Amino acid sequence: MRAVSRWAAILNRLPAGCWATPVRRGTIAPVTSRSTPAQHLRDLARLRRVRDRIDRDYAQPLDVEALARGANMSAGHLSRQFRLAYGESPYSYLMTRRIERAMALLRRGDLSVTDVCFEVGCASLGTFTTRFTELVGMPPGAYRRQGAPETAGIPPCVSRQVTRPIRNREAPVTDPPLD
Amino acid sequence: MDISIHTTFLPHTDPGASLAFYRDTLGFEVRKDVEYNGMHWITVGPAGQPGTSIVLTPPAAAPGLTDDERRTIAEMMAKGTYAMIILATADLDRTFERLQASGADVIQEPTQQPYGVRDCAFRDPAGNHIRINELR
Repeated sequence: MRAVSRWAAILNRLPAGCWATPVRRGTIAPVTSRSTPAQHLRDLARLRRVRDRIDRDYAQPLDVEALARGANMSAGHLSRQFRLAYGESPYSYLMTRRIERAMALLRRGDLSVTDVCFEVGCASLGTFTTRFTELVGMPPGAYRRQGAPETAGIPPCVSRQVTRPIRNREAPVTDPPLD
Repeated sequence: MDISIHTTFLPHTDPGASLAFYRDTLGFEVRKDVEYNGMHWITVGPAGQPGTSIVLTPPAAAPGLTDDERRTIAEMMAKGTYAMIILATADLDRTFERLQASGADVIQEPTQQPYGVRDCAFRDPAGNHIRINELR
């Protein structure tokens, strides 16, 4: 009993938050150092070049390792930074681009779904169909039967943007309120 | 009505680099170069289109922008999601080769697009998206 109360007396004299906080504070260095603004912009430009390469070679198999090597990063770092900058992983971005291109080819009406799948660089019809349906909201066959939407006559760069599959069907996007 | 498109603006991050791109690689004329406080506003345009120009401006130089907005603009420019323009030429392949040889970042090789145009795309030194349509 006396030992317990002696300990209680000691404990009661300690600052209240003592047990809740780690004994050593401020000695763990940040794992990633903060880059300067100029370095940050250079890093973003590197990511832009990666994204442009994905765009340029969209029909090729995606090799994140090779892309990362070209940008002097590890594949994991590239994927993380890419997602932070562009809101989706390199693979997801690539699939979005392929589906976008597939939508355009399907609207033409002269290619089968299978042809379009391989034309845009997808190796698996199943993956292509699943992803297409997720992003577009209907299967590729149904989209093809639907035919061309009324985008004829609007400027090409706008047409590309309005017919782009909506990413936020599958990922939540927070829009800032306008008022 | 007698209204024409006169001037559009594209930001630059390095006046020397952007001049090299628009004047030397694209072959535009330099119509004006206004310097103020170390910043440059450079007016360029193709010789065959004297009435229409692009002004290359320092980024976020307008008054009334917050620091956050300035930073966002700088980040979007670096990420390549900020500004875009469409140019046109009769000889797309030769233009593409010249741009590629100059070391400019390629976005897209000459491609027949489903929207009825054959085009290619590059980045200018500031990361702006420069599309080039083939004139038929």
